[in-house]
Amino acid sequence: MSIRLRLILILTLATSAVWLSAALWINISTRAQVERVLDARLSEAANMVSSLMADRRIALNDAAAEATIALPSDGGYSRQLSCQIWSLQGDLLGASSGAPDARLSNNEGFATTQIDGEPWRVFTVINPDVGVRVMVGDRMEVRDRLVSDVVQGLLWPLAVIFPALALLIWVSVGRGLAPLAHLESALRQRKPDDLRPLPESRDPREIRPVRRALNSLFQRLEDVRRSERDFTAFAAHELKTPLAGLRTHAQIARMAADPAVRDRALAAIATSVDRTDRMVRQLLDLTAIDHDATSVERLDVAALLAEITQQAEDQAHAKQVRLLVEAEHLSPIYASRILVHSALRNLVENAIQHSPAGGVVGLIATCDGSSVTVLVRDQGPGIRPEDRDRVTDRFWRGPGREVHGSGLGLAIVAAAVQRMGGRLEVGEGTGGQEMAIILPLSEMS
Amino acid sequence: MRLLIVEDDPVLSEGLVVGLGLSGFTVDAVATLTDAREALIHSEFSGMVLDIMLPDGLGTDLLAEMRAGGNMLPVLLLTARDQVRDRVAGLDKGADDYLGKPFDLDELAARIRAMLRRQGGRASPVLHWNGLELDPAAMTATRDGQPLRLSRREFAILHALAERPGRILSRAQLEERLYGWQEDVESNTVEVHIHHLRAKLGREVIETVRGLGYCMPVSGAKAG
Repeated sequence: MSIRLRLILILTLATSAVWLSAALWINISTRAQVERVLDARLSEAANMVSSLMADRRIALNDAAAEATIALPSDGGYSRQLSCQIWSLQGDLLGASSGAPDARLSNNEGFATTQIDGEPWRVFTVINPDVGVRVMVGDRMEVRDRLVSDVVQGLLWPLAVIFPALALLIWVSVGRGLAPLAHLESALRQRKPDDLRPLPESRDPREIRPVRRALNSLFQRLEDVRRSERDFTAFAAHELKTPLAGLRTHAQIARMAADPAVRDRALAAIATSVDRTDRMVRQLLDLTAIDHDATSVERLDVAALLAEITQQAEDQAHAKQVRLLVEAEHLSPIYASRILVHSALRNLVENAIQHSPAGGVVGLIATCDGSSVTVLVRDQGPGIRPEDRDRVTDRFWRGPGREVHGSGLGLAIVAAAVQRMGGRLEVGEGTGGQEMAIILPLSEMS
Repeated sequence: MRLLIVEDDPVLSEGLVVGLGLSGFTVDAVATLTDAREALIHSEFSGMVLDIMLPDGLGTDLLAEMRAGGNMLPVLLLTARDQVRDRVAGLDKGADDYLGKPFDLDELAARIRAMLRRQGGRASPVLHWNGLELDPAAMTATRDGQPLRLSRREFAILHALAERPGRILSRAQLEERLYGWQEDVESNTVEVHIHHLRAKLGREVIETVRGLGYCMPVSGAKAG
């Protein structure tokens, strides 16, 4: 439901409710007033007739006529009160003109009676001195009409005003919501790639926090997008270098007359393809880690390590590196398989890559009450102290010439471990390199 | 002509050494800015092929540093970043040419030759001297229209001397032009090549300047 419709409904309903209760209240209070005034008149008129008769100043019929006090003549209220004078014995002594023939009341004081099927209000006063009952009454219908006329007189103008009021509410609500409409059209007209902040304007106080929240969202989106764009550009550039190597060696292979040169070029092409393939795989890994939404599952780290060393066997064999795995009595961990696998695999590959030929890469997995630690130790040159903060930067490569990776391996390890709430520890780089990843048994802990 | 390659990717670097070698250049390769600075101090190069993204910094920084120090060595930037603004930035930093990866090896060689030629103040790629014609692109030489059969090293020595007739090049300078660091130089190889060249072209083509080195006599001033 739109805010406009909601506001209009609320305002209309509230206004109607106020009006209805006002009408009800006016109705009740007007009726009470009218009853009180008219009852007072009835008793006054009856007493007047009675007292006139007591003085014997007027004859019976005159007295009855005297009681026909005219109500205010405008608005069709020129009805008369009716007066009857009865003897105490029950004979009708006199009546005002227009008074019904039937006895108005049998009680003393006020009574509401039915005469000729019409309700009447009657006041009866007994004058024992003269021996008469004086009854003055009027029709209830007249009273009802009076009340309803008063109430209607009050309500009609309101009823006429109501549509105008509704229109006014409609327009006002529209104007009141104009800043929202502004914001909406500003947002709608935006191109998808336009993430500039919304311009500061004289927003009402209610809109300002929304604009601020939107701007902060835009900013965060822009940051994410920029870093992804940078990453993509960087990745594309990084792929161009091995492509250049491939092309160069392909040309050499084509133009070299010396078979040895040609063979070397072809071997370089094979190496380059492998490396490019690995880099593409790592880029995919990194994307998967950054956008991983896979569910957490129960993982056996020892089994994963076995699987990974199996996969890395070719690489290790090519460098004559031995892999030694020691993983016993490990608690299962609850984590994303992709994350754990990427972290461990890249850590192992990195160690193999930096191992000297014939070296040993040791993998030791241990476990305590809250985490599993996988320690990887190689016999390579180690990471220089000044580089320790940079090894996990994406596309950062060490200055050494012997190893030329993608610069992504440890970045992947760090990203994956961080996603799991664990950490990567880069040890001192003397006499080989030690690195450890510490994974919580459960991401929740 | 001796080139310095500064490229950290080992496969590409090797490809450049071999490929440009096949095009007649003598090529040395380094992978870092630090090594490149060392090489520039200790050896003499005719040109440099410089990558931008290097492990210890930006190639363009080295370039700016060289230009600030008055080193006018012809430099070709070779990089994956080949957007227009990257090329403009590279050229403005003092590069003589720019080539994006991946590139064609022949185009790279041609651009290097053109760059070196411009450095030598020559418009024509072919060197002429007294009826002798040297085409560095094809690595062919002719004399009075007759093709000469020269080895790669002989051609390189002749080319070095013919670039500027009258200029004296020492034996060490010629060795620098001929051999990369990996190659062993026998003490008398330059003399051997000069001897062969004189046998093929005649004694007057290359003069020995006692104690200094060798030169080609300035056009017209024929020796003997």
